[in-house]
Amino acid sequence: MIDFSRNHFEILGLRTEYRVDVDALERAYRELQRNVHPDRFARADDARKRLALQASARANEAYRTLRDPVARAEYLLSLRGIDANAQTDTRLPVAFLTCQLERREAAEEAHDARDDATLAALVDDVRREAAALEDDVARLLDADDPVVAMRVREWRFLVKLADDVEALRASRAL
Amino acid sequence: MALFQICEPDVSPAPRATRRAVGIDLGTTNSLIATVRDGAAVVLPDADGRVLLASVVRYGEREIEVGDGALAHAAEDPHDTIASVKRLMGRGLADATDAQRRAYRFVDAEGVVRIATRAGAKTPVEVSAEILKTLRVRAEAALGGAIDGAVVTVPAYFDDSQRQATKDAATLAGLPVLRLLNEPTAAAIAYGLDNDAEGTYAVFDLGGGTFDISILRLSRGVFEVLATNGDSALGGDDFDHAIVDWIVASSRLPALSAADARRLLAKAREAKELLTQEAAAPIVASLADRGRLEITLDAATFDAITRGLVERTLAPVRQALRDAKLSRSGIDGVVLVGGATRMRQVRAAVADFFGKAPLTDLDPDQVVALGAAIQANKLAGNRESDDWLLLDVIPLSLGLETMGGLVEKIVPRNSTIPVVRAQDFTTFRDGQTAMALHVLQGEREKVSDCRSLARFELRGIPPMAAGAARISVSFAVDADGLLSVSAREQTTGVEASITVKPSYGLTDAEIARMLEESFAHAADDAAARALEETRVDAQRMIAATESALAHDATLLDARERAMIDAALADVRRQIARDDRDALAATVRALNAATEGFAAKRMDRSVSRALAGKRVDAL
Repeated sequence: MIDFSRNHFEILGLRTEYRVDVDALERAYRELQRNVHPDRFARADDARKRLALQASARANEAYRTLRDPVARAEYLLSLRGIDANAQTDTRLPVAFLTCQLERREAAEEAHDARDDATLAALVDDVRREAAALEDDVARLLDADDPVVAMRVREWRFLVKLADDVEALRASRAL
Repeated sequence: MALFQICEPDVSPAPRATRRAVGIDLGTTNSLIATVRDGAAVVLPDADGRVLLASVVRYGEREIEVGDGALAHAAEDPHDTIASVKRLMGRGLADATDAQRRAYRFVDAEGVVRIATRAGAKTPVEVSAEILKTLRVRAEAALGGAIDGAVVTVPAYFDDSQRQATKDAATLAGLPVLRLLNEPTAAAIAYGLDNDAEGTYAVFDLGGGTFDISILRLSRGVFEVLATNGDSALGGDDFDHAIVDWIVASSRLPALSAADARRLLAKAREAKELLTQEAAAPIVASLADRGRLEITLDAATFDAITRGLVERTLAPVRQALRDAKLSRSGIDGVVLVGGATRMRQVRAAVADFFGKAPLTDLDPDQVVALGAAIQANKLAGNRESDDWLLLDVIPLSLGLETMGGLVEKIVPRNSTIPVVRAQDFTTFRDGQTAMALHVLQGEREKVSDCRSLARFELRGIPPMAAGAARISVSFAVDADGLLSVSAREQTTGVEASITVKPSYGLTDAEIARMLEESFAHAADDAAARALEETRVDAQRMIAATESALAHDATLLDARERAMIDAALADVRRQIARDDRDALAATVRALNAATEGFAAKRMDRSVSRALAGKRVDAL
């Protein structure tokens, strides 16, 4: 039904590399689910049902990981034995952290002052930096450069910051 | 059967019997059952032609009544007539609302809520099973035999206990459950397949007691739920109560007796329904305590007293949009589901929020059951060629209690199901061999703000220094949205044993006991079922004979015709009676009486077919 020893890319029939064609990813995921989803095995015996559950859950996990650029980068690192997950390794350059802390404070002030233009500009800035980091990460991953884990952590940090500021804006607008 | 069935020449017979598959919408106010017939989903009516079964169960002096008959007794027999039981599914006594406490006598006990009736203490699972049994019997009569598989719908925002309770009720009612399906998703299937829809849709489902909002992407035969949210304790019922509260306040009524409260509630519901069409609704009631009451509710007042309820639907809508990473303008269409969306102020609020008129071309009362029937038909394997795929999500995050009364989320809300996720935990003390785990569902940080699903005890952990053990706890949510948990000590590979104590559910032993009790009545049930099946046979036999007579009566002489007519009359007379053996005997007699007729028809048909061939060949 599915070879559980394969990595997420292989399960979806993709090459194990950072650059992913999002359309191809989605097509591969849907095709796989059509074959393994428990709805296809509603009348099967319990063993096959359990297998379908595991296979379909694995397909969901692979798709969820690969369609999110940061998670995809982290996953590629984990395949090389590097844990970039920010929850277990939070080392970041002090200058970087200071800069983001200031941005967070600026966002809260702008939010209190109902200054949406500043918030919007802040989100744009952070998103632009994150996009630049993504290019870095893509290049470094292919070059197998050890500094890449740090870049991935910074990148995740910026994406989270942009999402948080966006949520702050939405809480006012909606 | 003597009447050989003969196909038209050159038309191949049906390949194989289809499995009897049904979709059931087990609603707060009404329940429905549907099936797919000749490729189209249809709701099945009862003997009187009604498709809606009032979700009301009355434990009477001699028998259990379900539906309108039970509803009619609600005011005179309030404590033993249970309505809106869906709101108590998977709940404890502490969850019961004031209105529910006024209406019923609850048994004061821990765990799952129990209602005292003259038939004994009943759990919401048992009450719901009565409703499902009534629907099952209705479908068996219509489809001519036992149900092979059922899809039962649940509100998308139902948590694990509520889902499990629903599945238990179906099992207790003797239904083989193929799948639990989220109500808005069911509606989207019916709507999407009907309209060949593509794009991003919001399904706004306000039922009798529950509210769901689901955002779905429909694309190339895939129904993908992007986000879901809701309120499993908000529905049309609350609008009825708002009207009652308004009557009590504006007429300065003293505290109502249970019977008067039921009377007023019925009047409030009528007024609510009338206001979907009219500008004002007169309310006239005679109360046992206070006598005649007359008051008029106009649309503007109704709007004003229910504005808070309508507002409460919009917060989940906003959250679902945020979770789907969409703005209001990203929604291509809004589908309204649930009888409560007939209220004008609800429609107006939805249209206003999304800036477009909602879609209402499918009956909001039936669309969920129809979608469930389509899913059931597919899962039962009746249409292998059906190529659509459904990807649904869990509505609420699942997690475990950690130190300090906080919840560690393991599966986040809106994860596509099925999902399997594991997390490692470790021991707190040296030599610790057991661990207590508390499974919770909800979005809040603190344990006390989330819903307790179950407590687990892990035993058999090998003694090690504190922090050395690696216990991997795995959460698996299946395609029904139901959770199961397993645990394993990683360093030694010891499989820790688990004992589960559901917080607001029934244990396997309790379900087994209830099933056993139902077997005590099973002799009656089996007899009733056998009678029903014989009736179906008899009806089929009558129809086949009538059809044969209409086409080929000229083949019979007067004596043969008289014999068949007499046998037919016997079956007709016996079918209304409750004697299965006598009915079966008349069916056999009719069978014998038509044997010669069938043979003659066969000859004629064959010669016609051959004649046709010859013409073709020339």
